[in-house]
Amino acid sequence: MARIIVVTSGKGGVGKTTTSAAIAMGLAKRGHKTAVIDFDVGLRNLDLIMGCERRVVYDFINVINGEASLNQALIRDKHCDQLYILPASQTRDKDALTQEGVGKVLEELSKDFQYVVCDSPAGIERGAHLAMYFADDAFVVTNPEVSSVRDSDRMLGLLSSKSRRAERNEEPIKEYLLLSRYAPDRVKLGDMLSVDDVQDILSLHLLGVIPESKSVLTASNSGVPVILDDKSDAGQAYADIVARYLGEDKPHRFIDEKKGLLAKLFGGK
Amino acid sequence: MPTDAQNTPHNAPALEFKSSTFSVPVLVLSSDDFVIIEQQLQKKTQLAPDFFKNSPVVFDVQWLNKQNLALDIKTLAAIIRKAGLLPIGIRGGNDAQNKHALELGIPVYSVHNSLAAEPKKAEAAPQKTAESPVVPATKVETTLITHPVRSGQRLYAEGDLIILAQVSAGAEILAEGNIHVYGSLRGRALAGVQGNTGARIFCSQLAAELISIAGIYKISEDMRDVVRDKPVQIYLQEHALIIKEIT
Ligand SMILES: Nc1ncnc2c1ncn2[C@@H]1O[C@H](COP(=O)(O)OP(=O)(O)OP(=O)(O)O)[C@@H](O)[C@H]1O
Ligand SMILES: [Mg+2]
Repeated sequence: MARIIVVTSGKGGVGKTTTSAAIAMGLAKRGHKTAVIDFDVGLRNLDLIMGCERRVVYDFINVINGEASLNQALIRDKHCDQLYILPASQTRDKDALTQEGVGKVLEELSKDFQYVVCDSPAGIERGAHLAMYFADDAFVVTNPEVSSVRDSDRMLGLLSSKSRRAERNEEPIKEYLLLSRYAPDRVKLGDMLSVDDVQDILSLHLLGVIPESKSVLTASNSGVPVILDDKSDAGQAYADIVARYLGEDKPHRFIDEKKGLLAKLFGGK
Repeated sequence: MPTDAQNTPHNAPALEFKSSTFSVPVLVLSSDDFVIIEQQLQKKTQLAPDFFKNSPVVFDVQWLNKQNLALDIKTLAAIIRKAGLLPIGIRGGNDAQNKHALELGIPVYSVHNSLAAEPKKAEAAPQKTAESPVVPATKVETTLITHPVRSGQRLYAEGDLIILAQVSAGAEILAEGNIHVYGSLRGRALAGVQGNTGARIFCSQLAAELISIAGIYKISEDMRDVVRDKPVQIYLQEHALIIKEIT
C-alpha cells in the first residue's frame, strides 16, 4: 500500500508544485518507488518543472475516463527510474475530475508504488478537495505572510473535516508545515513573519524551512527538480525535509540570517 | 512518520474491528403528541441548522413507557428524519418498539448505564407536559474538543464547550453554556447563545475577533489592550460585558 501525500496550501503561487517535484524526486532517489500527480487541470505545470512536457501523450483525465491505461499515461522520469509522473490535462475542464475516478486511480497506483505525491491546485474548490481527500499525509506549504498563513489554517480545517479519513472516523491525516520562500533578512526587517510567528499561529509540526532562492527558478527553467541541485540552499532544504519525513533527525537550517560579506570579514553580528 | 507504507505487506487484512467511543446527542421524549414533538424538534434544529444537519441521534422513550405512553416508532423515526436528523438508536423501548426499530435498521441500546434518561424534574414539573416534550439530554453534557479549531470551522455545543487547543482567526465557536479555551482564542466565541446571561468565557490567551455572552458582544477593536493576549474570564454584569484578567 502506498502512502498518499498531498502538497497543499489554499493560497496560490506559494511553491506547491516546486515542493511536489522536489519531494517526489527525493523519495524516489532514496529508492522508494514514487508517483507524482498533477491535479491542476487546465494549467499543467508539474511536467514543465519535471522536464517531461515533451513526452506527454496521455494524462490523468484520460485515465479517469478510461481512454488510456495508467501504464500508458505514467511518464518515467529521466533522472530517476523509481519516479513516475502523471500529468494533468491542459485542455479538459475541471469537472472531468471525479471523486470516484480519482479514487480508482489512487487505488491502482497504491498497488505498486510506495509513495504517491498529489500536487494540489490553489484554492479550496473541487481540484484541491480531490487532491487532499484520499491523503494519508499533508504537506502544507506556507509563505511567511499573513494571508498565506490564514489560507493554510483554512486548509487544515478542511483536512481535518472533509477528508476520507475524517469521514470514516479513521486516524486523522498527518499534517506537516513547510515554510517556503523564507528570507531571514526580510524577517529581521519586519517585512515577513518569522518561523516562530507562523508556528504560533498554526501550531503545526514544522517539517522544514525552504529559503527564498534563485536556484528554484534556475531549476524550473531547466526542468530539473531543485533537489537534484545539491549545492543549492533550496535543494539542501528539500533533501532535509525528505530525510525528516522518513524519520531521520536533522537540525533545522536556513532559519537564521546569512551573514553578509562585510559582517563575515569584520566578524560583526 | 510514514510507517504504514513500510509495515503493511501486500496481504494485509482488509478489515479490523476497533473499539471507539462517540458522543451522540440523545433525544429524551416526554410527550406522546406527535404534532408537538414535531413542532418543537423543528424549532430546536432551526436554531443551528448546520450543526443539526444529518446529525446522528439516539431517542429515548423510557420515561414515556413508564407512564404507559407507548409511541409508534415508525412515526417518530419519520419525524426525526424530517427534521434533518438521522436516528441511529432507540433506548428504553418496549419489546414491540424495539422490534419496530430493528425493522427500520435502528439498533437497540440498553438503559443500564444511561444517566439522563428521565427528563429533569425541575424543568418538567412546573410546566404542562404538552409544553416540554423534547428535552435533549445533551443540555447537561460538556463537549470536549482536543484539536485546534481552524479558520472557517464552526462548532456548536448545547452545554459547555471545552477546547484544549487554539481557536484560529476566522473560526467560530458557540455554546449554550460556558466556553473554556485552553489555548489562544483568536476567532469568535459566543457563550450563552440561548440567552443564558450567567454563561462565561474563559481563555488562556485573549486575541478574539469577537466575544459574546447571551447576545451582548464586543469586537476586537473594543477590547482594551491591557487584556489582550492575557488569560481572562468574560462575564455579564448588569448587561455589560466584563473582561477580567485571571491572575
Ligand atoms: N524557495 C523559492 N525561492 C524562490 N522562488 C520560489 C521558491 N519556491 C517557489 N518559487 C517560485 O514561485 C513561483 C510559484 O511556485 P510554484 O509553481 O511551485 O507554486 P504553486 O503553489 O504550485 O503555484 P500554483 O498555486 O499556481 O499552483 C514560481 O515562479 C517558483 O519558481
Ligand atoms: Mg502549482
